[in-house]
Amino acid sequence: MATETARSGETEHLIRDDRVALLRYMLLMRGIEERAMTLYRQGKVPGSFYDGFGQEAVSAGAAFAMGPKDRLCVLHRDLAAHLVRGVTPARIFGQYMGRAGGVTAGRDGNVHFGDWRLGCVGMVSMLPDMMLVATGMAMAFKLRHEQRCALTWFGDGSTSRGDFHEAMNWAGVQKLPVVFVLENNQFAYSTPLEAQFAVDPVHRAEGYGFPGWSVDGNDVEAVFEAAREARERALAGEGPTLIACETMRMHGHAAHDDMKYVDKTRLEEWRRKDPIERQERVLDGLGVDVAAVREGVAREIEAGVEEALAMPMPDPETATEGVFCDGEANVLGDGQAPWSEVQS
Amino acid sequence: MPAMTYLQAITDGLRSEMRADERVFCMGEDIGVFGGAFKVTDGFIDEFGPDRVMDTPLAESGIVGTAVGAAVVGMRPVCEMQFSDFISCGFDQLVNVAGKMHYRQGLAVPITVRLPTGGGFSGGPFHSQNPEAWFMHSPGIKIVAPATAEDAKGLLISAIRDPNPVLFCEHKFLYRRVKGEVEEGANPTPMRARIARDGDTLVVITYGAMVHTALEATAELEGVRVLDLRSLVPLDEEAILESVRACSKVVIVDEANELCAAGAQVAALVAERGFEDLDGPVVRVATPNVPIPFSPPLEQAVLPSVDRVKEACVELLEY
Repeated sequence: MATETARSGETEHLIRDDRVALLRYMLLMRGIEERAMTLYRQGKVPGSFYDGFGQEAVSAGAAFAMGPKDRLCVLHRDLAAHLVRGVTPARIFGQYMGRAGGVTAGRDGNVHFGDWRLGCVGMVSMLPDMMLVATGMAMAFKLRHEQRCALTWFGDGSTSRGDFHEAMNWAGVQKLPVVFVLENNQFAYSTPLEAQFAVDPVHRAEGYGFPGWSVDGNDVEAVFEAAREARERALAGEGPTLIACETMRMHGHAAHDDMKYVDKTRLEEWRRKDPIERQERVLDGLGVDVAAVREGVAREIEAGVEEALAMPMPDPETATEGVFCDGEANVLGDGQAPWSEVQS
Repeated sequence: MPAMTYLQAITDGLRSEMRADERVFCMGEDIGVFGGAFKVTDGFIDEFGPDRVMDTPLAESGIVGTAVGAAVVGMRPVCEMQFSDFISCGFDQLVNVAGKMHYRQGLAVPITVRLPTGGGFSGGPFHSQNPEAWFMHSPGIKIVAPATAEDAKGLLISAIRDPNPVLFCEHKFLYRRVKGEVEEGANPTPMRARIARDGDTLVVITYGAMVHTALEATAELEGVRVLDLRSLVPLDEEAILESVRACSKVVIVDEANELCAAGAQVAALVAERGFEDLDGPVVRVATPNVPIPFSPPLEQAVLPSVDRVKEACVELLEY
């Protein structure tokens, strides 16, 4: 039960194609977000813009370990999770630009989305509300004796709010098949960790009756391996796991934030730990043509932008529609699960 | 048809839906072995087991939030707030997660939240509230409030079968005081108003426990109609406007605090779309904007009484 630290990234569960896929999802996330930032500066993305620069390994690694029947509540610096589940770049750009073809068809903005057909529920701004939603999914799986799990991400700031504790307690009491991925990116907006908590929240898991693991959040294979093991525990009826991923938010909270509160030398240290460069070095060592992967991703992104720019804006006449469901309630569908070991 | 109390009718409706649909389960505080603070789920644990009659941690945000999660993967949770007042602790999950889900993502959230509401028994400021208007203002949440035993069963069945979040306001004062014949089987009650007593000189528009207050207050007045709204979201606007057309004089009664109450919305509707049919000012009777006090004389001083409603009606009839 004791909190474990420094879990290693070595895993026997990834074949070469999986390891390339992990890089590809991280590159797609970074490339899409960089391109979207340009669109934002060009005035094509309304509202504000949030990204997960530097944190790509956390969503890519954890989402990659999930099966098609597992369910995810995806947070705002976890774009790679949507890509893993099968959301296309075009639909993401459409979402950012408030287009009819975006994932929420303009109903909600930026990273507030989740394609329920692919097993995902989109976040709300009140963090970490989705921890309870994921806990409830896991509760249903347990009630129905189904071998599946729910996973959600949340940040260090979220650990201060009541819903974090209600979800951790609930999942611990009922021993639910849920994986909690804490994305510790050092800052809640501008508030540093020392102003958020007196004890590293990874230790809180033990207090709620389940293990907490610390993981290098910039090592995609380490995140994957921790999520894989947590999922295995969940499916075996052993209950929840907290995975605390140590990473760094390399950009501001949102587009307007110049991050003057972060020491530059600290950013430089983290830049050297970039998760994408790290995975590229791993793949280089395996003889993978990394440049070709990058080129493929860049082409995919440009095609996505073009497709999204051609999408119409939503019809204002529809703004008051769909508050209530008039027909049968739909239920979350299965997502894409590209990991070689879960592909059926 | 068997005669049941309002409370027994709620139990009967819940039991019949749980028997008919294995997706339906109950969750709440002390609802298992104890059978709930008001005994709505008394004996359920023996028939359905602890999985489907789930005692939860004392965490209302947790109850609503996990219910949302269970609902989107195919369950039909029926949550019990021990007292409706505690929904304030689950407000965020209800308003921001459940209520906005379908509009934002096209994902339905079929949850029912049972809210034992209302005062009149020295429950004090935290066990007597009528919180329905908090949620009327929040898109995506349906709200029903039965006044009779028959509707208590039928509206609960409607709520459970509805693909949206539905708040079921069950008035605590009516639990054992109201009794009536209730149909056997599972017949949903439409979320529309009903005429509790017909008339054409004046209409009292109200819902929940105040339906009984209104009936008593107007029993000896000639030709007074009492319209029981039954549903606040959706609000049966046509039934309200039809009553205005038929009666020309309108008294609106809320047990809730007056400011921005459900009745305020009814008054606005009548002013906007029923003005030409009016033959007098719209009159409201409600609880003033104070917390519900504990001591009986204080509580009785603020809750709308039979006398206050009668006085309002007599005055308007003479207008």
